[in-house]
Amino acid sequence: MAERLRVHVDPEKCQGHARCKALAPELFELDEYGNAHEVGDGTVPAGLEDKAWLAKSNCPEIAIEVTEE
Amino acid sequence: MSDVSQPAAHPPVTDWLHDFDHTDPRWTEDPFPIWDQMRAASPVVHTERFLGCYLPTTYEAVRQIANDTESFSSRRIIVRDERPEVAKNAAPPITSDPPDHKPAKQLLLPPFTPDAMKKLEPRVRAICNELIDEFIADGKVDAAARYTKHIPVRAIAHMLGIPESDGDLFIKWIHMILELSIKNEMMLKQAAEEMTNYFAGHVEARKKAPGDDLISYLLNARDKNGQPLDDSHIYGSLRLLLIAGIDTTWSAIGSSLWHLAKTPADRERLIAEPELMPIAVEELLRAYSPVTMAREVMKETTIAGCPVKPGNMVLLSFPAANRDPKMFPDADRVVLDRRENRHAAFGLGIHRCVGSNLARMEMQVAIEEWLKRIPDFRLNPAGTVTWSQGTVRGPRQLPFLLGKAM
Repeated sequence: MAERLRVHVDPEKCQGHARCKALAPELFELDEYGNAHEVGDGTVPAGLEDKAWLAKSNCPEIAIEVTEE
Repeated sequence: MSDVSQPAAHPPVTDWLHDFDHTDPRWTEDPFPIWDQMRAASPVVHTERFLGCYLPTTYEAVRQIANDTESFSSRRIIVRDERPEVAKNAAPPITSDPPDHKPAKQLLLPPFTPDAMKKLEPRVRAICNELIDEFIADGKVDAAARYTKHIPVRAIAHMLGIPESDGDLFIKWIHMILELSIKNEMMLKQAAEEMTNYFAGHVEARKKAPGDDLISYLLNARDKNGQPLDDSHIYGSLRLLLIAGIDTTWSAIGSSLWHLAKTPADRERLIAEPELMPIAVEELLRAYSPVTMAREVMKETTIAGCPVKPGNMVLLSFPAANRDPKMFPDADRVVLDRRENRHAAFGLGIHRCVGSNLARMEMQVAIEEWLKRIPDFRLNPAGTVTWSQGTVRGPRQLPFLLGKAM
C-alpha cells in the first residue's frame, strides 16, 4: 500500500502568511485572523501529495510539518 | 513648515563593510551588488552612521533577529540620523512589542484576510482600468506617476471610507515620514500632526454615522477588557494603515512592471500561462522586495556568531535576505515558477505584514489588467527610471513606451 501523508500547522509558528492556503486550499483553511490550520485531521487525499510538499516548502515560518504514515 | 524638499546629503560611502549608508545614491540606484559584497564579508555588518546601526545580510540572520523580540524592539522601526523620543501608540501593532503586540495585531487582522480581499478585488480591477483609460492612447506613460501609485492609494482610501481624491495628501505624508524624516526629524512630527487633524474629521463623522469601512471598524473594536480603544491607538493604527498600505505596494507593482518591461520572455510567459500569476507574484516579491524595517537593540546578544550591542539600531533588510543564494538558488535571477520560495518580503515572525493579502491581490490585479490591455511595452530610452530612498524601495519615475517596438 502507498504511504499516506498527513499535514499539520504548528499554531505557535504560523503567522498567517497564508501561502499554504493559496497553494493547497484542499489541505489548509484559515481562521478569522487569517492564521492557518489543516483541514480535518490533516490526512492528505491521494493525488494531493505534491501540494502538501509545496505548501511546506513555501511556508516562511517553517510552521508546516508533513509526516509519512 | 511645508517644505518637503530633498534632505541634505550624507558623505558618500567609500567602505560598504564598515560605513554603510542605505540613503547613499548608489544603494538607492542598485543595492544588489552592495548586499552581495556585504554578505560575502559577514552575516552582520555595522556602520557608525545613524548613531550606530547593524545590517544582517543573510536570510538566517534576518530570521534570527525577527524572531528575537526580547533583544530587538520594534519601538523604533525606521533608521534615522536622530532617535526621536519614543511615542506611545506610534503606529500599533507595527511599533508594538510583546505583550502589547498580539491584541493590537488581532484587532487589525480580520478585515485583511484573503476572503475579505476577494470582496475588494472588483473595485481594484475597476481602478486599474480607469487609470489605463487615461493614458493608453498616448503611446507612452510614466507608469509610476499615473498607474502604480494610484492603485494602492485608491484601494486603501476605499477601505478606510475616505475620498480617493485625497491621494496627493497621503503621498505627501508618506514621503515626509519614510524619506525626509530620516535626515529631518521635524518632518515626522509635522506629518503625524497633519494626519491626525485630517483623520479627526472623519472619525467624528463616523461616530455619528458608522459605515462599512475601517474607521468605523476601529471605532467599534474593543480591547481585551471590553473597552473601546484609546483615541491615540485609533489614530496610530489609522496612520499605520495609510502609510504602510501605499508606497509599499506602489513600489512592488512598479518594480514588477519595470522587470516585465525589460524582460519580454517573462511578459509573454505570463500572458500565455495566466494560471502562473500567483506564483510569479511571489517571485517578484522576493526579487524586488520593497520594504526594509528596523529594530532597536535592547539586549546584548549574538547573531550568526556576531556580537550585537544595545544602543544600536538594526536595518532589518528583508530585501537582502531574499537575495541570499544559500536560501534561494539563482537568487539574482527572476524564476517566475520558482517552486520553493520562503521569501521574507512581508517580514518574518510576529510582525508579518497585516496587509500582505491586500498587497498580493493589488499586485496580481494590477499586473493582470495591465497585461490584458498593454501586452507590449518597454522602457522609454528618452526617460530615466528613479527609485525611492530609504525604508521602501521602488520606482518613482517609470517611463514606458506602449505598444510593439517599430
